[in-house]
Amino acid sequence: MPLQEVVEVNESVDLAPLDKVLDEYASERGAVIPVLQRAQEIYGYLPKEVLKHIAKRMNVPVSQVYGVATFYAQFSMMPKGRHTVEICDGTACHVRGAAQIIKVLEQELGIKAGETTPDRRVTLRVVFCLGSCALAPVAVLDGQIVGRLVPDKAARLVRELE
Amino acid sequence: MTEPIYRADVLVCGGTGCVSSGSLKVMEVLRAELERVGLSQEVRVVETGCRGFCAQGPIMVIYPDGIFYCQVKPEDVPVIVEETLLKGRIVQRLVYSEPESHTNVPLYENIPFYEKQQRVTLRNCGIIDPERIEEYIARGGYEALAKALTTMTPEQVIEEVKASGLRGRGGAGFLTGLKWEFTAKAPGDVKYVVCNADEGDPGAFMDRSILEGDPHSVIEGMIICGYAVGAHEGYIYCRAEYPLAIKRLKLAIQQAEEYGLLGENILGTDFSFRLKIKEGAGAFVCGEETALIASIEGRRGEPRPRPPFPAVQGLWGKPTNNNNVKSYANIAQIIANGAEWFAKIGTPRSPGTAIFALTGKVRHTGLVEVPMGITLREIIFDVGGGILNNKRFKAVQTGGPLGGCLPESGLDLKVDFDSLRQAGAVMGSGGMIVVDEDTCMVEFSKYFLTFATAESCGKCVPCRVGGRRMLELLTKITNGEGTLEDIAKIEEIATGMENGSLCALGQLTPGPIRSALRYFREEFEAHVTEHRCPAKQCTALIQYVIDPNKCTGCGRCRRACPVQVIAGDRRMIHVINQAGCIKCGTCYEVCPFDAVVKVSGETIPVPEAPIPVGTFKPVETQA
Ligand SMILES: Cc1cc2nc3c(=O)[nH]c(=O)nc-3n(C[C@H](O)[C@H](O)[C@H](O)COP(=O)(O)O)c2cc1C
Ligand code: SF4
Ligand code: SF4
Ligand code: FES
Repeated sequence: MPLQEVVEVNESVDLAPLDKVLDEYASERGAVIPVLQRAQEIYGYLPKEVLKHIAKRMNVPVSQVYGVATFYAQFSMMPKGRHTVEICDGTACHVRGAAQIIKVLEQELGIKAGETTPDRRVTLRVVFCLGSCALAPVAVLDGQIVGRLVPDKAARLVRELE
Repeated sequence: MTEPIYRADVLVCGGTGCVSSGSLKVMEVLRAELERVGLSQEVRVVETGCRGFCAQGPIMVIYPDGIFYCQVKPEDVPVIVEETLLKGRIVQRLVYSEPESHTNVPLYENIPFYEKQQRVTLRNCGIIDPERIEEYIARGGYEALAKALTTMTPEQVIEEVKASGLRGRGGAGFLTGLKWEFTAKAPGDVKYVVCNADEGDPGAFMDRSILEGDPHSVIEGMIICGYAVGAHEGYIYCRAEYPLAIKRLKLAIQQAEEYGLLGENILGTDFSFRLKIKEGAGAFVCGEETALIASIEGRRGEPRPRPPFPAVQGLWGKPTNNNNVKSYANIAQIIANGAEWFAKIGTPRSPGTAIFALTGKVRHTGLVEVPMGITLREIIFDVGGGILNNKRFKAVQTGGPLGGCLPESGLDLKVDFDSLRQAGAVMGSGGMIVVDEDTCMVEFSKYFLTFATAESCGKCVPCRVGGRRMLELLTKITNGEGTLEDIAKIEEIATGMENGSLCALGQLTPGPIRSALRYFREEFEAHVTEHRCPAKQCTALIQYVIDPNKCTGCGRCRRACPVQVIAGDRRMIHVINQAGCIKCGTCYEVCPFDAVVKVSGETIPVPEAPIPVGTFKPVETQA
């Protein structure tokens, strides 16, 4: 996995909801991953302050929290776009043309998979098997599964996102 | 209020496949419609797990008759209520139709997709409402647990599992009973039971379907295992991408606790057992058991050398039994029906059934459960209904990114753990992808290699560096820049990775390329020596060209092209500007006259710019 930068974003982060989560997991062993998952649910991504705060409250070095956060594909240290488009490139989707769809969407949005458009409109991600292989190729647009995609339909759907 | 006595049950699949084709909406409309016509006290709507026939979803089965409707849309609901539920008539247009003979098959039990299947592990999937423990119990659920706890010693349970011959369904096929015995005999008071529900193979969804469709079968298996090995705590490590599975598991655990089947003094005995769910965070290597354990402990999911095996030193350093979802899901039936019953299914060395997520270019994609020993041909052509669009079968890949492929000559192989391994493919945990003549085996191997190298945890050099180098060489070949020495180098690196990697990820990463080279070597060589991709898939080696003699100037392709590089006008022969073409294939798909052709290693004459239809003369404009 490519190394992720912790980006500086000029947004102040309210740590109160995070503290609640940390209280909940105070007595659980090995809770770094679930805490990071909950934190990402709250903030949409993992800002630097959040990583630091988790390290402090859980009594582990920041390097360890960072190490865990960068290891797993689920965690993102960059703010997400207003919309998330996830294209499945699982085997079934791949043999039915997912690569072409990814290419068209990268072209359409001017970014690479894994990135967010500069105006933060769309985040494009590649995921592997959503269990809807029968409808391959499949994408998830803001949580909604769309199946039997073809490149121009995918481009159209993405263009229509506000 | 007591439950009304229903005269009919309408089972609607709420598995992920059917949900994405719209089954939730169907259910909503159905409930409203039943209410409207006053049938809501007579007909019950049941949301079930996956029935496997995902390609035909959303699926609905109406009992007591077993009428099977497929591709049901919300608009169809009023007709179903009116015709079938009120008047008892079958709606023919919603019935499954045999693609070959066009005969309608109205009843579930007669559908060819199910005929060669044998539902053992999946016996409840698609039949019961997974969110109600009562339905699991009504089908004999938790009887095995009661039998084990009250009439068997832990040693007897282990003996029974050993005698059944059950082999782990997570890929390697290790004897489950033997593994349990190791954990049971390992010294220590505190032991753990872990269920591997990481299902990392990108194209497989068997474990997910079980967790979504019959979560209690896994829970019951784990409790029995806890009793057998002497553990009081268990973890289910489930992929985070499976929200529905996690939701159903949580609910199932809660219901089992309410029924006294989990917690302290289970069924009045002095055995106690608790279960927790851990969500994965998207790392394929975490399916490897030592990495999985590291991840449960909250660390980076890096494998460590074995021995010591988890059975001796696992979670938090304690003896830990780890099995796959399907392995646990078989346990209750083995205990309830006896080892002998189980051993009779399948083949002597691989008893039981195999579950495959059958996908790719087959007609009936979906989840299939077949007895071990069935041939690949039967799975692909009888159950799967053959290849889509009457194309030619080319290869079948099992075992996902760490597996291998088999060509047509392997179709009569009898499927079990040992036969597949000998042929260079593996059983894996159940992904089965069928590809046709349009798939390039070089590109296909590259796909798996790309996946596996991206997922290498980086801890050991052969895997981290070897995978990268191999991918670079393979990319050279798909770009048409490779040499025969590159192929030789790939094989050399493969040997190094197989021998030198720390965990099975690195050791098995070369698998797909190895088997592709074994069976499709000439395809690799065509890329290298002729700069040609025989399947016309490697984008660097192909061009999309409009055949000037076929183009009618309809403009469909021009409007559909996502990068607008097709020139033309009404009644003009259209021309693709090759420099800007991203080779997405959209024009090829949309042209109603098959005028767009794919070429590799050949050229066809086209005009330089659009000219009126019918005026093209090849001599004037040699391409
Ligand atoms: C890279 C890698 C990924 C794996 N992924 C899975 C998986 O997703 N599910 C699984 O059950 N086993 C997986 N395994 C196999 C496990 O390490 C382990 O053998 C298995 O869970 C044992 O269960 P069983 O005895 O019931 O088969 C994987 C192994 C490797 C090396
Ligand atoms: S073989 Fe690959 S995945 Fe396994 S430990 Fe080595 S680097 Fe990590
Ligand atoms: S190539 Fe096909 S789609 Fe394009 S203009 Fe010609 S006939 Fe129409
Ligand atoms: S491979 Fe895309 S949904 Fe399964």
